[in-house]
Amino acid sequence: MHIMEGFLPHPWWEIWFALSLPVVAYGIYRMDQIIKERRETLPLLAVSGAFIFVLSSLKMPSVTGSCSHPTGTGMGAILFGPWITSVLSMIVLIYQALFLAHGGLTTLGANTFSMGIAGPIIGYFVYKSAMRSGLNLYAAVFLAAMLADCATYVVTSFQLALAFPAASGGVFASFKAFMAIFAITQVPLAVVEGAVTALMFKYFIQLRSDVLIRLNVVSASVIKRLREAST
Amino acid sequence: MKLELIVLVIIVIFVGAFAYVSSTGNHEWGGADDQQENVVHELTGGTYQPWFHSVWEPPSKEIESLLFALQASIGSMIIGYFLGYYRALSKMKKAATATEQEGKSNA
Repeated sequence: MHIMEGFLPHPWWEIWFALSLPVVAYGIYRMDQIIKERRETLPLLAVSGAFIFVLSSLKMPSVTGSCSHPTGTGMGAILFGPWITSVLSMIVLIYQALFLAHGGLTTLGANTFSMGIAGPIIGYFVYKSAMRSGLNLYAAVFLAAMLADCATYVVTSFQLALAFPAASGGVFASFKAFMAIFAITQVPLAVVEGAVTALMFKYFIQLRSDVLIRLNVVSASVIKRLREAST
Repeated sequence: MKLELIVLVIIVIFVGAFAYVSSTGNHEWGGADDQQENVVHELTGGTYQPWFHSVWEPPSKEIESLLFALQASIGSMIIGYFLGYYRALSKMKKAATATEQEGKSNA
């Protein structure tokens, strides 16, 4: 999903920066707050950031004969919400732009928007509504992480399509052309990401369900039901 | 263990799909991110030139893979550290409550 350095013309790169930076700024404020007031959540925050670090570095081969990478943002979105996840994503994107020539500084705004904001927002709401509808916790986590991953790539295609509308067919034709690169390649990766994220949540529930309850991620009754089911 | 099994099956299917696809033809296994360049090229008729270039590029594939591996290892280190910390913490809590109860029943 990394739009390459210099590949967004004026005015698009500025627009995506203008949309992303306020979110990241508020995210930094929220993160600062949570670190000060709820120190017990710090390990989970570190793990969420680290999870994005690991998953976005893994370029995996997919069924289409090309490689892509998962985003890892679903976990942060479920635990801490999209604001804070946008900060974590931006840190990873800066690392990759500076040291790996992957993505870029001029496209940082657009990439932060797709990976750190749009994906996590989808993941967050999918998780919340799945939990409200009474779905199994792990199924909800799986769906949220998978759809956050997919949404990121849809948004990337949309960003590129807006910047490069086709001569015939306009933005929509371009969108289809960019989606053709990502769509099928990404789905298997998103499924794996969802599955691994669900597994991580199993360990969180086993080890620190108290922190999850305080973060308002799960209710005590859900934990009780999961415990009963496993014994 | 049920969830672990499901995840394992998904990963095995994923690897199996890779093995099947790579045995059925020649694929480049290039990065999807790099294919944007070709699509942009087609859409603009080759007129678009990136207006900014990466400030630094890894000088070789080896160094690139080093930096990717570094990224992944920093991440996994943090995950392993905290999951281990949590695990030990919950074990000690259980042990502490167990001895407490023992003390009560002895009294």
